[in-house]
Amino acid sequence: MSGDEKLPGGHEPEPWIEPGHTYASVTDKISSVVLTRPLGIGWLLGFGFLFSIVMVLNLAIGWLFMKGVGIWGINIPIGWGFAIVNFVWWIGIGHAGTLISAILYLLNQKWRTSINRFAEAMTLFAVACAGLFPLIHTGRPWMAYYMFPYPSTMGIWPQFRSPLIWDVFAVSTYGTVSLLFWFVGLLPDLATLRDRAKQRWQQVIFGMLSMGWRGSARHWHRYQVAYLLLAGLATPLVLSVHTVVSFDFATGIVPGWHTTIFPPYFVAGAIYSGFAMVLTLAIPMRKAYGMEGFITLRHLEQMAKVMLATGLIVAYGYFIEFFMAFYSGNKFDVFLAKQRLHGPYAPFYYALILCNILTPQLLWFKKVRRNIPALFVMSLIINIGMWLERFVIVVISLTRDFMPSAWGRYSATVWDYATFVGTLGLFTMLIFLFVRGLPAIAISEMRELVHQESHGDEGHQ
Amino acid sequence: MSERRSLLFGLMGEFSTPEDLLAAAKKAREAGYKHIEAYTPFPIEGLSDAVGFRGFRSNLVAVLTLIGGIGGGLTGFGLQYWVAAIAYPINIGGRPLNSWPAFIPVTFELTVLGAATFAVFSMLALNKLPQPYHPVFNVERFSHASTDKFFLCIEARDPKFDLVESSKFLQSMHAQHVNEVKDEE
Repeated sequence: MSGDEKLPGGHEPEPWIEPGHTYASVTDKISSVVLTRPLGIGWLLGFGFLFSIVMVLNLAIGWLFMKGVGIWGINIPIGWGFAIVNFVWWIGIGHAGTLISAILYLLNQKWRTSINRFAEAMTLFAVACAGLFPLIHTGRPWMAYYMFPYPSTMGIWPQFRSPLIWDVFAVSTYGTVSLLFWFVGLLPDLATLRDRAKQRWQQVIFGMLSMGWRGSARHWHRYQVAYLLLAGLATPLVLSVHTVVSFDFATGIVPGWHTTIFPPYFVAGAIYSGFAMVLTLAIPMRKAYGMEGFITLRHLEQMAKVMLATGLIVAYGYFIEFFMAFYSGNKFDVFLAKQRLHGPYAPFYYALILCNILTPQLLWFKKVRRNIPALFVMSLIINIGMWLERFVIVVISLTRDFMPSAWGRYSATVWDYATFVGTLGLFTMLIFLFVRGLPAIAISEMRELVHQESHGDEGHQ
Repeated sequence: MSERRSLLFGLMGEFSTPEDLLAAAKKAREAGYKHIEAYTPFPIEGLSDAVGFRGFRSNLVAVLTLIGGIGGGLTGFGLQYWVAAIAYPINIGGRPLNSWPAFIPVTFELTVLGAATFAVFSMLALNKLPQPYHPVFNVERFSHASTDKFFLCIEARDPKFDLVESSKFLQSMHAQHVNEVKDEE
């Protein structure tokens, strides 16, 4: 290991992979979850339960299509409600996956290796859940293709000056690029599964998916160029997506939305909630499939540090929102800031401060960062906090804007909750299918890591 | 190529470490072999250079990605300009029809989309994937190429290829096994 990787005290840092692993052992361990491990009763029960929740989602959406968006709690002046809160929440969760797979790759961070694959899967599933909400919120989702520029007989084209159209392009590009990135990363692993599969149907499926990948030096060369370029492209893309999402708010004149802090603070919040979700998923998964040697305590600690840092940026965003409201002297902004503290939705705001700012301060302590149950609970709290943040932004601003005669109140109906819980079920069900159907950790990258770590040892002898 | 094609595709040596393979590939080039290819379970630095894959051809993916990005960006801006200024002009308080700052987000997104799709599909196309059949898969031990072994194949179309000599060469480079690669055609 090179000298600059040593800690100041002169002692070695913990390795990123349990010592003693070889190329064959990492391959075996990760691929066996897909190829040979029987479906346990726990997985089947969990899957059955999640499947029933997805049926609730189908019911909620079916009823919505029959009756229209009136079954939700939205009404003018609160046209956005849960649908947009959930959209922003889900899309934000997706961002950590891209951050881990792209930005940490460019920064040459070894600890991304064992978590990037399922973080990318998480991104895809979160984007799928996110995309659902604006679609069903349009009221007539079968007309959703109106949002795309296509030559219609009416001669009508989309309004490209609208941030809502930017959103269509940003989210669909993000979904597509995430899928491509994920598939490129999977390609060598699919070939590994093809070569190790014992059953005919597995050989056929993985054979087709791996496209005949044979790992030749020329293959790898082009592969690495493409992967690096994708990482370089995904990095500004992920920042642009949540920026565009924040433009949906910031380009409006509604008090509390019309601020320039929104893009950076939305991006930081997205990464914050995304890392929380990665921890929520990684902690049970490493336990259930014995992956503690790959996703080590040091990985979890690292993610906790990222959460702490992005959490502080978010806290700064909250502070600046208040500061700018009073500093601007705009009476509507001042009024809105006071509404957050004293209005009918004040409890949500205080809960948000508790979840997103106060609780994560415990992460300053190494003991907490290395305490797995504490991290798990913390990740759930942050997920809730980030959901509350979007609720506060959407609902408080819309219920009390300029004229008291136009004020309103918002409360979600059972169908709002059913749809939200349904997407949680859909997301988790897809994760369940993913961990058993595809390698949840990038095998070829783990072999590379074994190679690098073993070289480190040789260097010291 | 078809004239010289025989039932023998080449000779494949199996190595247990990437260092042995890299050394063997370099030596093979030095010995004058032109058509060699290495197969590894993970990318190895310097290996593509060692098997003679270098120069402009090796950077084609990057060039095509650039073209895809520029194409995507021009398409994005052109589409918006055409829609907003020509096909469906809407006069909003006399503001300019070509309101280009508002077109930047979509232009950016389509630039990334064009570049990313070109990166992936040019990588696949130049690698000639999907390709379900390749002679190297006929070697039984080749399934280890995606797990823990490192292979070097000297192809029969190489002018310097000789069954006995090339086999001796691979063995002298500490290949654990040397197998003939049969082609079915």
